[in-house]
Amino acid sequence: MENMGMDWDAIQTVVWTLVKIVVLVVPLMLGVAYLTYAERKIIGWMQVRIGPNRVGFQGLLQPIADAVKLLMKEIIIPSGANKGLFILGPILVIAPALAAWAVIPFTDTLVLANINAGLLYVMAITSMGVYGVIIAGWASNSKYAFLGAMRSAAQIVSYEIAMGFALVGVLMAAQSLNLIDIVQGQAGGAHHWYFIPLFPLFLVYLIAGVAETNRAPFDVAEGESEIVAGFHVEYSGMAFAVFFLAEYANMILVATLTALMFLGGWLSPVTLLPDGIVWLLLKTGFVLFLFLWFRATFPRYRYDQIMRLGWKVFIPITIVWIAVVGGMMQTPYGYLFH
Amino acid sequence: MTYTTAIFYFFAAILVFAGLRVITARNPVHAALFLVLAFFTAAGLWMLLEAEFLAITLVLVYVGAVMVLFLFVVMMLDINLDRLREGFWDYLPIAGFVSVLLMIEMALILGSRHFGLEVMGTPAPRAADYSNTKALGRLLYTDYVYAFELAAVILLVAIVAAIALTLRRRKDSKYIDPAEQVKVKRNDRLRIVKMQSTPKRGTGEGGA
Repeated sequence: MENMGMDWDAIQTVVWTLVKIVVLVVPLMLGVAYLTYAERKIIGWMQVRIGPNRVGFQGLLQPIADAVKLLMKEIIIPSGANKGLFILGPILVIAPALAAWAVIPFTDTLVLANINAGLLYVMAITSMGVYGVIIAGWASNSKYAFLGAMRSAAQIVSYEIAMGFALVGVLMAAQSLNLIDIVQGQAGGAHHWYFIPLFPLFLVYLIAGVAETNRAPFDVAEGESEIVAGFHVEYSGMAFAVFFLAEYANMILVATLTALMFLGGWLSPVTLLPDGIVWLLLKTGFVLFLFLWFRATFPRYRYDQIMRLGWKVFIPITIVWIAVVGGMMQTPYGYLFH
Repeated sequence: MTYTTAIFYFFAAILVFAGLRVITARNPVHAALFLVLAFFTAAGLWMLLEAEFLAITLVLVYVGAVMVLFLFVVMMLDINLDRLREGFWDYLPIAGFVSVLLMIEMALILGSRHFGLEVMGTPAPRAADYSNTKALGRLLYTDYVYAFELAAVILLVAIVAAIALTLRRRKDSKYIDPAEQVKVKRNDRLRIVKMQSTPKRGTGEGGA
């Protein structure tokens, strides 16, 4: 009978967790939908255009219309494709993009799973995303898709190292892998946020984040003008839409992580104002705006330039700054780096 | 059966299945993907043993980096399975020897009276705030610092050796030096030639 009780507890935990996951994923998907709208509007303004303005007031229903259109479309599986893996590709792209959100805290208490090794978990899960891209490119049995997959794999593996080292700096400063502890280590106003002592790592993380999500100017994996659309050229309908959902969910994830680790998360910039989730959303929104701004401003990097930037510029910068942080912590000025 | 045991058997079944498919799958890309599944499931099992640092590092290093490069290479290779199967009977004795040795090693650990469950006992579960990462880091950098540094140096030597073996410098290969590009001044690239807009009267070739 005792075992029965434990099973009942387990079932209750599973159901309650499922409810929490739905509560987390639904706003995230809405955020993704309206991020595409924001992107088209903002880049439109930057290029002196209007952007979407036909569906709904000021085009506000445009993402809904797009989603409905994609849902109605047929999913075509090429006859030469490896059917099982072709379907598995998009699933493996979206799954890590959503699973990483499990440990993201929104306030001191609002978090799905507050685990000790949260930062490691995020790094491990986001490193899985590349499989979906590789499998999609390979299973399509198409030259352009395969080229896109190869480019993407090389790029993501290269930038992950710089990204990981940038996070090493953060965990040295916070002395914890727990994301809530990392944010609380930055308490006491904007001048305590980690982007000041870890400024080089902040820049590296932000730029490597753009590269990890395959966004312009690092979007050689898609490269419309060279390889049509890269790894997802053979996908249509919802299968194609899933790749886009994953890309935008990853963008929001990287922006949120940047806000949490370098910009003080939900802490307010001045101690007079109360902390709250609003600050986190504002900071995330700011970083997302930077993403869109980059896309509207910079031309696409050449492939060898991407590799050079990742291996010969970012990795040395991060290693040097980790040594600087470690060394400074041993001096009387160590408090500046905590 | 508790919830944890159920999870363990679920993971163990997937792990054994994935391991078998790694060696039986005909398509090498499928085999590599099943190896990824095996690593991921093994990480899940380690998580059940409260070794969260090892579990996450297994995913981060083996699934996130090593297997990506492995898959990268396997996809580019044109592997002819029939030729791979040619030497099956020649290799069988060596393979048999290795697998017998593996089984003996496993039997020594799993079946012996010295490492059995009744001797070792179940370790007490740690509290939720116990940081596996911190404990491991403290051990590695204090008690086992020499072994750890030695391993690091050996890895470094291996990296240097691998690069030295594959690095071939061709004299005629062309590459871009960004530093040189940045240093270029206008005068290095651009020459302004002053020319008169209209030919002088009487000197022009086809004039008058």
